[in-house]
Amino acid sequence: MEEFDSDILLEEEKSKKIDWKLWKTLFKYAWRHKFMFVLICVFNVFVALGDIIYPQLTRYAIDNIIANGAAEGTGKIIPFAFMYFAVIVFQFLCVIGFILFCGRLEFRMSYDLRQDSFKKLQQLSFSYYDKTAAGHIMANMVSDIPRLSEMVAWSATGIFWIVGMIVFSVVMLIAMNWKLGLIVLMIMPVLTAVSVYFQRRILAQQRIVRKQNSKITGAFNEGIMGAVTTKTLVREERNFEEFKHEATTMKRASIKSAALSAMFTPIVMTLGSLATAIALYAGGRTVIAPTILGTTMTIGVLSSFLSYTTSLFDPLMDLAGILAEMQSAQACAERVISLLNAKSDIVDTHDVIEKYGDCFAPKRENWEELLGDVDFCDVSFAYKEGEKVLKDFNLSVKRGEKIALVGETGAGKSTIVNLVCRFYEPTAGRILIDGTDYRERSQLWLQDRLGYVLQSPHLFSGSIRDNIRYGRKDATDDEVVAAAKLVHADEFISGLEKGYDTEVGEGGARLSTGQKQLISFARVILADPRIFVLDEATSSIDTETEALIQSAIGEVLKNRTSFIVAHRLSTIRSADRILVIRGGRITEMGTHRELMKLGGYYHDLYTTQFANNSTEKLLA
Amino acid sequence: METTIKTVNKSTKAEKKLIRKQKWKLVREFSRGTKLHFLLGIVGIIAAIISQYLIPLITSFTIDYVLKDFADVNYSGSIVLAPWIENLISLLGGKEFLIRHFYIMALALILMNALNAFAVYIRRSRVAMGSETLAYNMRTRLYAHLANLPYDYHKHISTGDIIQRCTSDVDTIRRFVQNQLLEMSRTIMMIIIASYIMFSMNTTLALASIVMMPFLALASFLYCRGVKKHFALSDEAEGALSAVIQENVTGVRVVRAFGQQRSELDTFNEKNDDYIKKSIKLSDIMALFWGFSDMFGYIQIAISLCVGVYFVLNGRISVGEMLVFSSYTSMLVWPVRQLGRILADLEKAGVSLGRLNEILVEPVEKEPGKALKPEILGSVEFRGVGFGYEDGQDVLKDISFTANSGETVAILGSTGSGKSSLVQLLQGLYTPREGEILIDGVNINDIERHHLRRNIGIVLQEPFLYSRSIMENIRIAKPDASEDEVYDAAAVASIHEVVKGFEKGYDTVVGEKGVTLSGGQKQRVAIARMLMQKAPIIILDDSMSAVDTETDAAIRDALSARRDGCTTFIISHRITTLCRADKIIVLEGGRLIQMGTHDELINKDGLYKRIADIQTRNEDDTEEVS
Repeated sequence: MEEFDSDILLEEEKSKKIDWKLWKTLFKYAWRHKFMFVLICVFNVFVALGDIIYPQLTRYAIDNIIANGAAEGTGKIIPFAFMYFAVIVFQFLCVIGFILFCGRLEFRMSYDLRQDSFKKLQQLSFSYYDKTAAGHIMANMVSDIPRLSEMVAWSATGIFWIVGMIVFSVVMLIAMNWKLGLIVLMIMPVLTAVSVYFQRRILAQQRIVRKQNSKITGAFNEGIMGAVTTKTLVREERNFEEFKHEATTMKRASIKSAALSAMFTPIVMTLGSLATAIALYAGGRTVIAPTILGTTMTIGVLSSFLSYTTSLFDPLMDLAGILAEMQSAQACAERVISLLNAKSDIVDTHDVIEKYGDCFAPKRENWEELLGDVDFCDVSFAYKEGEKVLKDFNLSVKRGEKIALVGETGAGKSTIVNLVCRFYEPTAGRILIDGTDYRERSQLWLQDRLGYVLQSPHLFSGSIRDNIRYGRKDATDDEVVAAAKLVHADEFISGLEKGYDTEVGEGGARLSTGQKQLISFARVILADPRIFVLDEATSSIDTETEALIQSAIGEVLKNRTSFIVAHRLSTIRSADRILVIRGGRITEMGTHRELMKLGGYYHDLYTTQFANNSTEKLLA
Repeated sequence: METTIKTVNKSTKAEKKLIRKQKWKLVREFSRGTKLHFLLGIVGIIAAIISQYLIPLITSFTIDYVLKDFADVNYSGSIVLAPWIENLISLLGGKEFLIRHFYIMALALILMNALNAFAVYIRRSRVAMGSETLAYNMRTRLYAHLANLPYDYHKHISTGDIIQRCTSDVDTIRRFVQNQLLEMSRTIMMIIIASYIMFSMNTTLALASIVMMPFLALASFLYCRGVKKHFALSDEAEGALSAVIQENVTGVRVVRAFGQQRSELDTFNEKNDDYIKKSIKLSDIMALFWGFSDMFGYIQIAISLCVGVYFVLNGRISVGEMLVFSSYTSMLVWPVRQLGRILADLEKAGVSLGRLNEILVEPVEKEPGKALKPEILGSVEFRGVGFGYEDGQDVLKDISFTANSGETVAILGSTGSGKSSLVQLLQGLYTPREGEILIDGVNINDIERHHLRRNIGIVLQEPFLYSRSIMENIRIAKPDASEDEVYDAAAVASIHEVVKGFEKGYDTVVGEKGVTLSGGQKQRVAIARMLMQKAPIIILDDSMSAVDTETDAAIRDALSARRDGCTTFIISHRITTLCRADKIIVLEGGRLIQMGTHDELINKDGLYKRIADIQTRNEDDTEEVS
């Protein structure tokens, strides 16, 4: 988790102006829990009230108990203690209520934000994923959302405490002696300005530290990943020198940042003490003899005047902190909102959703059967504007036909199958499935009956059984086993200690590529798709499992329209039609025999591969 | 983390003692160069505490002494001054002087605050300097140690785990020292000084002012220990949630291809629910603790105040003193509440230190022999060499052959036949179990490792490029090389034209933060890098596997044209690559089964001939055979 924390979060964390529109959207999420939100604000004000009452109590003790002398005063101590205790209990209830609800609001809010983002992610088309790194999305979901929720729940509502404290203190100061109060308050704007300045500098310096920290992490990463290379190149010492340089930079930046923070509070406090000193001086002079501030002032008033002056400092520093924090979280907020507002390139029209349902609530009862005829009519496609991958592409595939696509990387093979799957839509032209433009039906209608096996099979963490069942969630255990048997995966699964309950690990890491591939085939069998797509599915398999997989594929392809993008000759050979794709066009088309006779690209590709393949077999 | 804890639990008393000893050694080592900072930090702490305590004293002195005569009739505040202060005041001209020059009191307040500010600054900046130096020491020590650990260690570790230790654990320790350790000493000193002042004023009131504090500290310690479990639960739930999101995002194609958005959302919701439930539970526990500890803190302040008021009425202390008591009490209460957390964090820092120790106790590579630095010409001889990994099966058995200086030796064999181990032995990355390897007649165990490796260039099958520019990558073994030298090497490796085609040419940054090169491009950059070494012996460990046949041939031609008599080892599957070698070695199951030139081997039945037949078979046959 640490990795994406570093770089992505630093990206645009420049000190931008606070964009209130952005924060308004976020506050709407907090506002979903109106009751809690309001309650927190009320508690905040109450806590501030409590904080204000405490010095009043001390003042009361001095002026009303002590001043009355031992005879009268002693009897008042017990009632006073009860009064004090009542305030404590009040404050206690407010603090507990405040923390309780803040925590709840924070987590509810991040829950909602995360859920909405996740839903959005399920609906966005692949073009979004092409543009957005997985680390970026993860940073958004795992770091940005909690950070923002925490800010809104704690800091933003904390403003009520701050305002409460400031208003109460100011009111008390003015009420006790308005002239002196105003004099003391004059220092406050200066104090706030200094605070904001410091907070900003501190955040900027912290950003530098974080950046350097991610460099250090990178250096460690390189030092470990490249350890062998470093050894063979005898680079140890020089690398160490370079690392020491980075570590020194880190040390210096951190010290600078710490020194800035170390300076901040003392400077604010010293500034604040100016206000206290003024109050002490002017108040004291008034106690001694009448001044322009008034004819007289009791000692009790003076001492609580002093404490109200002091109680202004904390809220002001907090306020500066919140403003600076909001500013630095601006980039986070932008990321979160931009995902929530992202528009998918592929959307079902309103009418289509009406009839077929959306991806979370499909109306299967209205779905037509999918037979498997696929037609490309003058299809053009570009990932980026102006860079056409396909141009006026035409192809007609009958149900049950096996089509193999061959060609170099970037020729457009994967694009063609992605278009069939409607992971992308043509920029011009139409794709018909069973004679109807597929845009007239919902995405799920097609994708639900689609079998798609990738070059590197992706498994989800969980048991083997869970993974096979991913093809059809309501399948019985027997059906799962039957599917595994059909693709010869049952042999190796039964051989495992825990059989079908074996955990595959994250991304299937505990299994070999071949095993993962077999499971992904079983998964497809279970889904019983009408259209089948194999995107370089067998390219990285050892010879041992290849034979097994061959027969598995045979089973999978039976009676299904299939598109095979492959390098392995054995997979290609049995296709009904082989298309050689070069530069987004079909340059050769026919059966294996026909293309071998033609002696073109396919012929050359096939012969080299055959030689390599046989060598590997011999060496195995 | 789990495994660490388990091993710690299992370890015997003696082992624990040893580990504790090792940890203390590390503490001493890491704290080199930090003592002055921490010493000054402590001076800062003391100065800050004293000035912080003096600030309320100035106010109370002003109220009780200077202003006392202006109070109401029955105002009973009074203050006992230390004799030297009385002397000082009478020297100035008595109380009247202070009343006349009342600004002195205001100035004293500002001055004391400024002194306090300065002391706080010194404390925090010095402690930061000390702890950052500590972090620097840890980082550099770890880095150097990792670089010197043997190849075998690096083969078996999980990179993520080690990086975690080098970053998070280092940071945990640094933060503990910077924030908690000094905070703890500050709290303890505060308690001592405040107690001294309070007890010297009035013993009973002093006792009343600290009566709740031990309980507060204990409660916070128990809370911090108890809440750990809930933190772990919530972290775990968060991890599970992140994993679901991560898998959904990386597996988005599979999700869509099976139309499983609904079930993904259900899984996500389940984890999201679980996480929120656990975090709210945690947050509730925290709310209770903070609420209750707040309450007890305030009760402590109330006790101090009420008893204080009672004592003032009885004339046992002055109002000013009472105010001093209540402000000291409120100054002490909150840090004491933090003490528990500090102790809980101490445990965490100890665990982190243990995890660093686990890396640092691993033995580094040693010179197995005499560490000679002979001039290396390039003749290599394997004499009955056998090799196997620790406790493992034999990987190589009884390998004997010679390669004269300037000869090319090609090695053919299947995966796991021991080809790579053979060349790694030559690099000194492993030491043979039996037999010996001689270079120019000298046993390589007696050649200093760095000298040996500098004289043997190797290109691995999956080469590692540093994330910097291509120019820097090629130059890495010879930083002072001119650009022309780099271009030459790149041209030999057939990568010059490719790199020039990049938008930024040789300044293109590769790796995570830059352009992703294809496997073949990486291999070629690595070949160019190796050439810069100008080593008399070079090894190409299947390092053109991802390069197409024509480029492969072009590189080999360029290599032989350039090679000024260097001994070359080539591992490959391609007969066209192997056939021109002076000597071809065929390995199977760790044994040398065939040796000779292409012409010799092609006429003998065996693995080599069979492979050569397949690869050179003419095209018409292919269809029939298949």
